[in-house]
Amino acid sequence: MLYRTAGQFKTSYEADFALFPVRQDAILLGVILLFAWVILPWSANEFVFQTLLIPVLIYSLAALGLNLLTGYAGQLSLGTAAFMGVGAYACYKLTTIFPGMNLVVAIALSGFFAAAVGVVFGLPSLRIKGFYLAIATLAAQFFLVWLFEKWAWLYNYNSSGAIQVPNMKMFGVYVAGPQATSLTQYYFVLAVVSLITWFSINITRGRIGRMWKAVRDMDIAAELVGINLMRAKLSAFAISSYVAGVSGALFVFLWRGAAEPVLFDVQLSFRILFIAIIGGLGSIIGNYFGALLIVALPVILGIVPDALGVPIRAAVQEHLNTMIVGALIITFLIAEPLGMARLWGIIREKLIIWPFPH
Amino acid sequence: MDLAYQILVKPFADMVSAPDFLMQVLWEGLVSGVLYALIALGFVLIFKSSRVFNFAQGIMVVFAALSLVGLHEHGVPAWLAVLLTLGIMLVLAVAVERVVLRPLVNQPDIILFMATIGITLFLVGFGELIFGGENKRMITEQLGIPTGSFEFEPFGGLLSIQQADLTAVVGAVVLVAVLILFLNRTRMGRAIRALGDDHQAAMSVGISLSTIWVVVWFIAGIIALATGIVWGARAGVSFALEVIAYKALPVLMLGGLESVPGAIIGGVAIGLLEKLFEIYWGQPLLGGNTETWFAYVLALIVLLFRPQGIFGEKIIERV
Repeated sequence: MLYRTAGQFKTSYEADFALFPVRQDAILLGVILLFAWVILPWSANEFVFQTLLIPVLIYSLAALGLNLLTGYAGQLSLGTAAFMGVGAYACYKLTTIFPGMNLVVAIALSGFFAAAVGVVFGLPSLRIKGFYLAIATLAAQFFLVWLFEKWAWLYNYNSSGAIQVPNMKMFGVYVAGPQATSLTQYYFVLAVVSLITWFSINITRGRIGRMWKAVRDMDIAAELVGINLMRAKLSAFAISSYVAGVSGALFVFLWRGAAEPVLFDVQLSFRILFIAIIGGLGSIIGNYFGALLIVALPVILGIVPDALGVPIRAAVQEHLNTMIVGALIITFLIAEPLGMARLWGIIREKLIIWPFPH
Repeated sequence: MDLAYQILVKPFADMVSAPDFLMQVLWEGLVSGVLYALIALGFVLIFKSSRVFNFAQGIMVVFAALSLVGLHEHGVPAWLAVLLTLGIMLVLAVAVERVVLRPLVNQPDIILFMATIGITLFLVGFGELIFGGENKRMITEQLGIPTGSFEFEPFGGLLSIQQADLTAVVGAVVLVAVLILFLNRTRMGRAIRALGDDHQAAMSVGISLSTIWVVVWFIAGIIALATGIVWGARAGVSFALEVIAYKALPVLMLGGLESVPGAIIGGVAIGLLEKLFEIYWGQPLLGGNTETWFAYVLALIVLLFRPQGIFGEKIIERV
């Protein structure tokens, strides 16, 4: 009923290829955007901004980057956190070398550094496939984190070895640093995430995206029909790392406020891989579902025992949390290996044909 | 010029001028290499028989060691604790097969890989919940492992070999020998290898998939316990041990994901080379701690020339 497609006719090929073949999809997206841009920011408090809204957006952006590489181009990567780190450190260096630089410009540029590093570590993908490639990307993970720690120039030789985000203004408003309010930070992150999501949707629908999908499904066959494998794989690494780098810069500059090399360790890479897989590989919307689940779960698990009146020690709660996340991942994989995006797809199809079962 | 001297000449000059120190470094490298090889062996067994890239192998090491120490702390005698831990590993193997692998048969490799990461997280949480997160001491003496050290004086220097390390190396060699005999000479071993070659063909001649998986995961559990005892004796038992799992991955790449000899040779080679690199190049030139990435970069370089690892099966692709 809500999703009735009767009466929506396609009269041209363009209409068939449109972004929203069903009108209700566009309406739904409008409602979601209304929530994200208007209703949530005005109803959220500081705690919700800092523990839910901002991290969900940043994590989903990182997962989106990984998903472009793993879900669309089929190159399994375990080094996302390192590429995020490159973005964050590049942004830090840019803003300290050019103090007057606009933060948006700095973040946009820092993505290019991540993309360059991503291409270098993507080169082995031309020779290596599957799990061998996954382990090869771990080389990037461990080497880069080591570099963040040992190369003192990256953190301006300060004694703590960590990078601190200074107060930064844009158009007269503080957007980063201790003086910025959560609301402005949220809008900043939301704008960047919306823009990159829009780009990603169109990239994956277009020529490059189809090239990637062909390579993912069978790279030899793709090569035989004339796809340049090198260009396809390296472009996937470049664009994916660009998005990861931007999300890394946002991660430090608009959420954490400070960063040490350990922040970008292999655990973060795995967390982002979980988000991408639980959300659904090869989908854009899935990243948001996955990030919401992974970020919200610890928060909920922290609230539930208190609400039930069962006091649990913090350490025990943390262990329980790890356990439950592990069990949930397995449950999800068994229930729906294609992720939450596929679940949504099933629900949508049921709604379209409702109330008839077929 | 000076840099070239630092890189190309000085390390070798150091090696020649202090041969006893070089031998000590090589021995340390050999011992850690043997441990990497053991963990990689657990990976290889599971990968060969089920195409599952078992990320949980590293955490199984910690879990086995923690169970052993935890049981002993509750007053169970050492030998009984070992048996009980083996029982726990068997239960774990059955549970993994029932709960995780069976419903995920025929899923893509990456899904199974993610499932093993799920197992890893579950075991970390579960282990910490029961045994606590703090570092524990391995019950080396109670297990009858000698703890002294042999001192040698080659070339007028000093070489000290921990007896526990020596036991570890000998134990690993025995374990590997038994394993190779098992894989090549027994019915069950042949069934495991058959399953590794072709699932459907193996099943059609009556080999039970689920039994073999339980057996393989149980063997991986035994290897994990052995590794846990040895490594725990060196570094204590805690979830920090998890990092050695990351060390086994480049070993697999170097040796090939399906190759038992590859795991052993790759492990020893990486153990030796990363120690040599750290001592003679890493610490003087790069600020140390190069062990975190050296193995990966080495494996990456090797893979560029041999994409299936040194001993891996040749990848044949058909369209």
